[in-house]
This record gives sequence, C-alpha cells and structure tokens, in this order.
Amino acid sequence: MTKLLRCLWSLGLFGVAWAVLALDPLDLRPLPAPWPQVLRPLPAYLLVSFGCFSLAVVGFRLGTFNDCEAAAQELQDQIREAKQDLARRGLRL
Amino acid sequence: MASSPSKTVRPRSALQPPVSRKPRLFRGQCVCVRGSAFVAIMAASRVKYSVLLPTYNERQNLPLIVWLLVRSFEQSGYEFEIIIIDDGSPDGTQEIAEQLIKIYGSDKILLRPRAKKLGLGTAYIHGMKHATGNFIIIMDADLSHHPKFIPEFIRIQKEGNFDIVSGTRYKGNGGVHGWDLKRKLISRGANFLTQVLLQPGASDLTGSFRLYRKEVLQKLMEKCVSKGYVFQMEMIVRARQLGYSIGEVPISFVDRVYGESKLGGNEIVSFLKGLLTLFATT
Ligand SMILES: Nc1nc2c(ncn2[C@@H]2O[C@H](COP(=O)(O)OP(=O)(O)O)[C@@H](O)[C@H]2O)c(=O)[nH]1
Ligand SMILES: [Mg+2]
Repeated sequence: MTKLLRCLWSLGLFGVAWAVLALDPLDLRPLPAPWPQVLRPLPAYLLVSFGCFSLAVVGFRLGTFNDCEAAAQELQDQIREAKQDLARRGLRL
Repeated sequence: MASSPSKTVRPRSALQPPVSRKPRLFRGQCVCVRGSAFVAIMAASRVKYSVLLPTYNERQNLPLIVWLLVRSFEQSGYEFEIIIIDDGSPDGTQEIAEQLIKIYGSDKILLRPRAKKLGLGTAYIHGMKHATGNFIIIMDADLSHHPKFIPEFIRIQKEGNFDIVSGTRYKGNGGVHGWDLKRKLISRGANFLTQVLLQPGASDLTGSFRLYRKEVLQKLMEKCVSKGYVFQMEMIVRARQLGYSIGEVPISFVDRVYGESKLGGNEIVSFLKGLLTLFATT
C-alpha cells in the first residue's frame, strides 16, 4: 500500500468515527449529552495544533541551523595549502 | 534490520577480521545474506573505496577536491580510487584531470568521461561500471562535501554494518555555510515536509554525500528513475523498501566557492512534484 493510500485510510477511519460520534447522522446516540458537542470541533483543533507544531519545529530548526564558520575557514586554509602543494608537483591551472 | 541474525555473519572489516571466531569465512567462501543477496569474501581481499566524482565545469574545484581526498585517504590508510565522470565540460576540466592522473597515478585517479552533459543520475551509473571497490562513495566535486568526513562514514558503516551511510546537514554538528535565511527556511521547510510525508528514517534526503555497498547501489540505480534532488530522495525511500539499513554522519556543507551550481530551473516546483510522486507511489 502506498503512503498516500495509508494516509487516506487513516483519515477516512478517523473521519467516520468522528462523524458517528460527533454528528450522529444515523441517530444512534452512541455518546451521552455533552460529548457530541465537545467532539464536534476536534478536527479543527487537531489541524490547528498540527500547524502550530509544524511552525514551531521549522522555526526552532531554522534558528538552530549550524553555520559552520569554522569549517568554511578551515576549507579556505586547506585550499591555500592545496594550491601550493599542487603547484610544487607541477600542476598548471 | 541491522540486527537480523543473517547479517552478523559478515565480518566487520576485512582489515581486522575476527579471526578467532569465524575463520572459515576467510577462505574464499560465499555467504548468502538477505537484502544484499550475495557477498563473496576472499582470502586476503582488502576493502576498497571507490569515490565517484561527477564534474561539469569544475576546472578550479577538481584539483582541490582530489588533493583533499588523496590526503584524507593517505592519512586514514584505506585503499581507494577516484573516478572522475566529466560530461565534456567546455572549461577544460578533463585537461586538469589528465594532469592529476600524471601526479597521483592512473591506479588512483580514473577519468571516465562522456561526450556531453547527460545529467547526474546517469553519471553515477557510468562511474559505477568502472568502479573496482566494494564500497562506493558519492560526493559533489565542488568542495561542498569535505573528504574529512569519509573516515567517519567508514567508521559508522563498520560499527552498524550498514548498507548505506548518508551525510546529514540536519543533525548533530551538521550544518551549512554560506546560505542566507531564505534558503535555510526553504531547506528546513522542505525537509520537514519530506519527513512528514515519507517518514524515511533518515534526516537528509536531498543530500548527495553518501557511502553505499557497491551491490546495494547497483540495485538502487536500477530502481530509481527521478532526476535532480528527487533522485537522492528516491534512493533512500527505495532503500527502505528493499530493507537496506542506513546510518548517518553529520556533515558541514560549505556552499561552493568556485564556479556555479548546475541544478537550476525551478527547483522548488520540481522538488514538490517529486515529493508528491514518491508519496503517492511508494
Ligand atoms: N558529469 C556530470 N556532473 C554534473 C552534472 N551536473 C552537475 N554535475 C556535478 O555534480 C555536482 C553537484 O552539482 P552542483 O551544480 O554543485 O549542484 P548543487 O550543489 O545541488 O547546486 C558537481 O560536482 C557538478 O560538477 C552533469 O550533468 N554531469
Ligand atoms: Mg554544489
């Protein structure tokens, strides 16, 4: 099963469960009084939470993205060393 | 996967075989192994690493990367060869490669050129045909990938007996140099999206600094069809499907000093297309 199908399956299952419990279109009354009302905005809550989570993760990782100044400096020094050594060995650029 | 019993038969290293425990394996027998199918272990065979360097207009970078590679391998003592796959660069990259062969020897530096620019994916396939090592290291020739990490790749590979070791900019001491905030944001965002959609079990899917067992790379090359960054992503996703194990080494990616990037066009659009294609088909 592809990742897309798996994702649609999970969403579908969740959607059906939510609809039966929160909207009760078949009038089965599976849950007592306050619960259907409480569950109704659940998908919206989850969506917003996931959005916030994503923004937080990306923001945090953006802020802590290593700049590698030392590596760049080291490379510059090594480039100089390499050029000298290669010229000594007879490389013509 | 790494802990499957069939894999423990493989020696950690042909350099330091655990002689006392399984000496039988070192007399030229073949051991069947799930995943990579078939590994022949010869007596006294040394592990060799083949570095594939695809180049297009890398006249300035090529001698420097080769110098760094040779020095790194000489320090670590591993056997190696460097295979340069040049796609008829108009800037004379091949002429530089010829000079490097004279300096370092034709057993260490191999030039396997192609007539015209045919793209990175096929460059790896072309280079692999000429590789004699048991492991293949793929890296860019533009000095973004530093050879100093290769001994670390090798150490991790041995430690976990991995099929693939991937460099990662997104973990531990890994990072990038020379990127502005916008490029970092796109990179982080794209990486997050990839992790959510593909759950690949590796932190850097678009990087191209990796070590592969040769037979694993061959198998993956047969399966992968994408181009550009998506190709690198597909390699990891297919590797997971085929049950290969993947280790990671944090690397510092230093943006190229000389020359310019060839992966142009609309990178973001083609990345998203590729990502969604992999999401829908794997
Ligand atoms: N042989 C070959 N090498 C290529 C081609 N395109 C890019 N390269 C090389 O692949 C490496 C990565 O390319 P680069 O332009 O730096 O991509 P970027 O780092 O993603 O911007 C460099 O060593 C290039 O010289 C190609 O069509 N053929
Ligand atoms: Mg580059």
